[in-house]
Amino acid sequence: MKIHEYQAKELLRKYGVVTPRGFHCISVDAAVKAAEDLGGKVWVVKAQIHAGGRGKGGGVKLARSLDEVRTNAEAILGMQLVTHQTGPEGQKVRNLLIEEGADIKKEYYVAVLTDRATQKVAVMASSEGGMDIEEVAHSTPEKILKEFVDPLVGLTDAQAETLARGIGVPEASVAFAVDALKKLYTCYMETDASLAEINPLILEGSGTIKALDAKFNFDSNALYRHPEIVDMRDLDEEDADEIEASKFDLAYISLDGNIGCLVNGAGLAMATMDTIKLFGAEPANFLDVGGGATTEKVTEAFKIMLKNPKVKGILVNIFGGIMRCDTIATGVVTAAREVHLSVPLVVRMKGTNEDIGKQILRDSGLPIIAADTMAEAAQKIVDAVK
Amino acid sequence: MSILINKDTKVITQGITGKTGQFHTEKCIEYANGKNCFVAGVNPKKAGEKILDVPIFGTVKEAAAETGATVSVIYVPPAGAAAAIWEAVEADLDLAICITEGIPVRDMLEVRNKMKAKEAAGGKKTLLLGPNCPGLITPDEIKIGIMPGHIHRKGRIGVVSRSGTLTYEAVAQLTEIGLGQSSAVGIGGDPINGLKHIDVMRMFNDDPDTDAVIMIGEIGGPDEAEAAMWCKANMKKPIVGFIAGVTAPAGKRMGHAGALISGGADTADAKLAVMEECGFTVTRNPSEMAKLLKAML
Repeated sequence: MKIHEYQAKELLRKYGVVTPRGFHCISVDAAVKAAEDLGGKVWVVKAQIHAGGRGKGGGVKLARSLDEVRTNAEAILGMQLVTHQTGPEGQKVRNLLIEEGADIKKEYYVAVLTDRATQKVAVMASSEGGMDIEEVAHSTPEKILKEFVDPLVGLTDAQAETLARGIGVPEASVAFAVDALKKLYTCYMETDASLAEINPLILEGSGTIKALDAKFNFDSNALYRHPEIVDMRDLDEEDADEIEASKFDLAYISLDGNIGCLVNGAGLAMATMDTIKLFGAEPANFLDVGGGATTEKVTEAFKIMLKNPKVKGILVNIFGGIMRCDTIATGVVTAAREVHLSVPLVVRMKGTNEDIGKQILRDSGLPIIAADTMAEAAQKIVDAVK
Repeated sequence: MSILINKDTKVITQGITGKTGQFHTEKCIEYANGKNCFVAGVNPKKAGEKILDVPIFGTVKEAAAETGATVSVIYVPPAGAAAAIWEAVEADLDLAICITEGIPVRDMLEVRNKMKAKEAAGGKKTLLLGPNCPGLITPDEIKIGIMPGHIHRKGRIGVVSRSGTLTYEAVAQLTEIGLGQSSAVGIGGDPINGLKHIDVMRMFNDDPDTDAVIMIGEIGGPDEAEAAMWCKANMKKPIVGFIAGVTAPAGKRMGHAGALISGGADTADAKLAVMEECGFTVTRNPSEMAKLLKAML
């Protein structure tokens, strides 16, 4: 789960990390009022969407007067902000963050994430703040420093100091940077985050260290113990079909192709998508109905797939293990009838009660195309939508 | 022979009184020598009772001491699953198999580091399989986990995979063309887990009853590439490799918590390329895994 920058900063402040002062606003008038309340001479008007790259897309603007705050807020609020992470259609801006300006002397990058290979927590830092970190990792990987932290010990002063000095924080400000790193680490662990990133972390003229932008992702497996994090969820920023699917415990992701697929198991679902591509078409979605698919779940899965106007055919691939093929076949027939299915449907079923399942499909009178292997199923659906 | 488990393995079920644990324990008892293998269950509130004719103990330690069991399988719900793994480790078992899906990553991180600290201090090493895995099976001897037993045949091919249904797919293909399996191992779809591809490949390499292996991976993480490098230098048996997720977009979690492309090296294409370089016969068509393997024997 992702949150907005303004929420990320609230979270950081709760853990004692210094950020610029600012207010979350949802109207232009509120934005101007916020700037007035903040005082000072320079403000930043920042679009709040879940995607990165907002500055380049025109979603972050500096204002030197209240009039300029108003003009910028009017321009940004409601715009379709296009960044390299939103896709070409962009994301509508519904929220703003109005912040006091900062006296930026130097920009750094810091982040905390879980490292799979070492099974430790990785705390990363770089002197190249404010840039796309993947670009830094690609062109100058030596400029990214990492410390691996044993979660049973925590980030030590020595590790935090190594990072702070390593990225060139001036000696007088090292203590501030160490403090920020340790608090960021604590915040990451206590909130069950999967990524906590401050980019940039800035050194101000006064020598203090501040978080100028922040991004968090959270482990969805741990949300049950963080109602305060779940409260920050913004459904407007998420794919409506994916939200609908999650209500029925279906793992669904929209893609760009025209073949809908319904599969049990995440690995088999990906393999099915790959096979569709191998035979010259593109999958319209990833959809894992899980181990305990019921007729209701299969019906909902069909409805969600068919909401996508690009879908020209559907491939169902089920490996009946504990879940029996006859149960799935009944579900598929019921669903196809209920949604008045009008696109070609290829079903490949394997495993427990395979023969009974196939019989149910044949007896249904529906124009269901049967297949024995994944490859045959992919070939048949690709031919059917041509 | 086989890897990790055989017909003489004695197993404790943690979470045997829950719906899932009870259902699958019953299926495992019905499979091959299961009746003699599944010797204990654990539930502190129901110690002294029996379920499926299996005695229930208050703790894993007691269950192990009373029955001589050396392996446990865990169906405990996510919130308590990492603690259940740690209980199996503290009881000095040889192997803990965690089926549970949805365990918080931080819990896994903590228990894995506790396990490593215990080993570093000279304590007994307990292997962990999973979590979020189907378990493992040695056909016609013993099945521990949730895989459908009837698709397997005893034989000499090893299968290792992060995905449950994709393991079944490979097994069914093998069985259909007359190749049985020595053991089929699901290592699970979570980012922080126990045994990895490399560990299982090592075991198959050392197993005199395994002739060849199908290794299946998916997007996310460095594990398949690491295993491939090891195989290049050490593996004496033919391997067919498949990686799921060529069509998966970056930055999206594809069902499995660990199936997420986050850099350049963890895409399906990158992994397939490394595996090919390391001497695997790789395929982009998951329907021909068994056929390719047969051609190599």
